[in-house]
Amino acid sequence: MKKEEVPQDGGYLEKTNVRDVYYALDENGDYCQVLSDGWEPKTEALSMTWDNIREEAEEVRKEVIDGKKSPLAYHLQVNLMDISLLSAYSGIPKKLIKKHLQPEEFEKLDGETLEKYAQTLNITVDELKKA
Amino acid sequence: MKIDFKHSPAAHCESGVTSNILRFYGIKVSEPMVLGIGGGLFFSYMPFIRLHGMPVMSFRPLPGHIFKRVTKRLNVKISGRRFLDEDKSMRELDKLLDRNIPVGNLIGVFYLPYFPKEYRFHFNAHNICVVGKEGDVYTVSDPNSTTFNTLTYDELKRCRFAKGTWPPFGKMYWVRSVKTTAPDLKPAIISGIKLNCKRMLDIPIPYFGVKGIALMASKMRNWEKRLGAKKAALQLAQLIRMLEEIGTGGAGFRYMYAAFLQEAAGVLDKPEMKDFSREITEIGDLWRNFAYEAAHKFKNRGENILTYEQLADRLVEISEREKAFFIKLRKFVNAL
Repeated sequence: MKKEEVPQDGGYLEKTNVRDVYYALDENGDYCQVLSDGWEPKTEALSMTWDNIREEAEEVRKEVIDGKKSPLAYHLQVNLMDISLLSAYSGIPKKLIKKHLQPEEFEKLDGETLEKYAQTLNITVDELKKA
Repeated sequence: MKIDFKHSPAAHCESGVTSNILRFYGIKVSEPMVLGIGGGLFFSYMPFIRLHGMPVMSFRPLPGHIFKRVTKRLNVKISGRRFLDEDKSMRELDKLLDRNIPVGNLIGVFYLPYFPKEYRFHFNAHNICVVGKEGDVYTVSDPNSTTFNTLTYDELKRCRFAKGTWPPFGKMYWVRSVKTTAPDLKPAIISGIKLNCKRMLDIPIPYFGVKGIALMASKMRNWEKRLGAKKAALQLAQLIRMLEEIGTGGAGFRYMYAAFLQEAAGVLDKPEMKDFSREITEIGDLWRNFAYEAAHKFKNRGENILTYEQLADRLVEISEREKAFFIKLRKFVNAL
């Protein structure tokens, strides 16, 4: 790939100081480093992955609205976590988390536990209570 | 305090951290040189390990290998440590910083605040170098960034003790002593190339190297039948993400390897090696075209969309080209 062919398609990196570095050929046929802020096929691969994650989360959201699951189940899904990962991060035992995935048990949670979940999931307690 | 450390962006996190640390100690090696000496070009396809329900496909060796191999071949003594006690790991880090030692850290990116949100998966094999601390805030050199970044004590600790698949356990590594700032690169380059040929050609099970590419191709022919259109498309997108994921230098490290071979041709004074550089560049272009066609496929857009059979044919071609390439390269290096 030549230097001027290095893609600058933008995408998720644009707003950060994270960049892709490519090794590309300059006019003398020597390799050099070129910064890139994104390549469309890659951005599409990533956005497709996220669309799928959101779709699956949407399914769970419906179940939350129908009262079959607690909002915690939804937040697990969007954070790509399962029970054992949430347990490892929050220090809350798996058995309890399983229980808290049921709406009636989630309703009964005290402030401290809610705060722990919210912190682990990087959201506020109010956001945690909604799906 | 902040160590007088020069931050250079790099394509890949581990080769970037290694190159930056070695340069701090006066050993001038470029990132491609680090990749080449470390034998860092690879491919693995492991259908028996699942990540988010998909087989693992990767273009990089296991974390830690590049740093270990390169420092060994350049006569640099290193230390490394993992921890169970999180606060202790931070204290030990501080002690090294106080002694003006830049410290490589293996971290997870899920909680890494300066990464774009869309890049924050539960991926626990990222590398950064911690180079300073002011009050509660650490200065870090992340090769994927153009400038220094900062992390608070809690943020850094959280990333160092990420959970999930392959947790890093606060792993940190640093240089203890350097024998010479001008090590002989020639033997290091030759053994790096030999190792890379071995890893691409000789691993006797079919999941790695050129065999892995061929195996993935044969599985890909059935993806649509076996998984349905949607899951097949997701799997293809996953492959493209790994191939072009941030930190490969394009086309799954193939371009960076070409840059290495070009530099090696100069160091070894073997201009013929530039032909090898050109050839792996062409193979990189094939990977790149594959990614381009694959994106059309999984987005189901544009004209002349390829079938999975046709995409698999492309991979078979790549696998054969890489096999021929590494056999030829090995022959050349063995004769040196």
